[in-house]
Amino acid sequence: MTRATKTYVSETVSRLKPSGIRRFFDLAASMEGVISLGVGEPDFVTAWSVREACILSLEQGYTSYTANAGLLELRQEISSYLSRKFGLFYRPEGEVLVTVGASQALDLALRAIVNPGDEVIVVEPSFVSYGPLVALAGGVPISVRTNGADQFKLRPQQIEEVVSSRTKALILCSPNNPTGTVLNQEDLAAIARLVEKYDLLVISDEIYAELTYDEPYTSFPAVEGMRERTILVSGFSKGFAMTGWRLGFVAAPEEVLQAMLKIHQYTMMCAPTMAQYGAIEALKNGEHDVDEMRKSYRRRRNYFVQSLNDIGLHCHLPGGAFYAFPSIASTGMASEQFAERLLLEEKVAVVPGSVFGASGEGYVRCSYASSLEQLQEAIKRMKRFLSRL
Amino acid sequence: MKLTEKELEIVEIVEKNARIPLDTLAKMTALTVEEAESILKKLEETKVIVQYATIVDWRKIDGHEGVTAMIDVKVTPKRGVGFDEVAERIYRFPEVKSVYLMSGAYDLSVVIEGRSMAEVAHFVSEKLSTLDSVISTTTHFILKKYKHDGTVFDQGDQDRRIVVAP
Repeated sequence: MTRATKTYVSETVSRLKPSGIRRFFDLAASMEGVISLGVGEPDFVTAWSVREACILSLEQGYTSYTANAGLLELRQEISSYLSRKFGLFYRPEGEVLVTVGASQALDLALRAIVNPGDEVIVVEPSFVSYGPLVALAGGVPISVRTNGADQFKLRPQQIEEVVSSRTKALILCSPNNPTGTVLNQEDLAAIARLVEKYDLLVISDEIYAELTYDEPYTSFPAVEGMRERTILVSGFSKGFAMTGWRLGFVAAPEEVLQAMLKIHQYTMMCAPTMAQYGAIEALKNGEHDVDEMRKSYRRRRNYFVQSLNDIGLHCHLPGGAFYAFPSIASTGMASEQFAERLLLEEKVAVVPGSVFGASGEGYVRCSYASSLEQLQEAIKRMKRFLSRL
Repeated sequence: MKLTEKELEIVEIVEKNARIPLDTLAKMTALTVEEAESILKKLEETKVIVQYATIVDWRKIDGHEGVTAMIDVKVTPKRGVGFDEVAERIYRFPEVKSVYLMSGAYDLSVVIEGRSMAEVAHFVSEKLSTLDSVISTTTHFILKKYKHDGTVFDQGDQDRRIVVAP
């Protein structure tokens, strides 16, 4: 084969589509004066005590590797945090792993459980990386479409429609990115019955668990019978406003966790040491800061979602995360066209719903993790935009 | 007095931003405009909200530089009224911005704002020190304000996030 026809890139990677968010980022980044509702991260800076703990660890010279699974002290704190918050118990020595962000945790989880050709159910609209990560692990992502009329809740019959003998696992994300939908105890219990019936594993992405506003949060492994079937993925990025620290964690039954650890030790060795010291402080003393941030998001959510409805973009009240996912059906535009025109004509960046899967079409994701003044201005501009259509 | 959850929420919001439009406040707290207005009115009437204040960085306005001094004051308390009487005599001067009774090496902490150091010096030597109960004063001039009443002056608060992120 000659160089002209040969590609060095693997077929799996060649088949991957670039993230839809990327294209939008390039366009928005090239413009000035943009109000961005396209950001999937807190607008808070990490709490000072956490930053300070990280600085102290550097001053003390803690710059070497940690154990592959992470500092034992951090794993102990994670274990007691999960017990305090969600009534779960995981042994710090064998059932908890510190990762480089929840993103790495998802990758490890899939690579540890997927055999070639296994199917993994992805609930749409979904975080952009689930499908590609399943494919990279050699599996086949199978989409389940939830719908806006039902507030994007996953219903058991939707799983039954796609489950097959090849189905290995289901990825859940509650509160969801991009819809903000929270599955409550009742919703999860109904899903749990099917998980048992079809002998599935669940990867439960609970990265937004700290950010729920209306009802107490139920962690999926806390549902009866689910602890042994769940890989709980979480991290510090969203709830603790620590996105740039790249620190996540997994709690799972020992067999699965040890399999993940095996991959982790060959690829990452361990998560960054100084970030781990910051995370210990976040778990020990960060609760007050998290409460303050949660309060602030809830107020902004109330303001923003009601304002969207007032200007004619119908939006359900999301129970968690910091995203509103309004319908743009009334404009007759596709979500990409809507987002592009809104950006070019009014300099407001939102993310087209279609990048989160086909069922996101007809919607756009707006992050309300921006200052109130920015949200007010964004609403003003969006209203002006709509009035011209 | 015990506040309801909504009342407390409104106090927290207007404490940070007194100029928030009423309809925005109502939306943030999931109330109607009338409900939010009536809660605000009640909070004002019961003096839970004492005043809506504005923090001004006077250094930025030409001709208004001014000086602020914190004065440690030792006093002789009076039988029956303790420190209250002398504190009241001091806080009635318009130059005085705040007065606190302190534990420790001195009794009252008095904050004075004046147009110049000479004006503050004049106040201390002519008015404050000459009060019967005042034993001694120690004046500290504030050289620069970094943070005042929870507000950081000249904070670089630009958003460092990239425009679109997952």
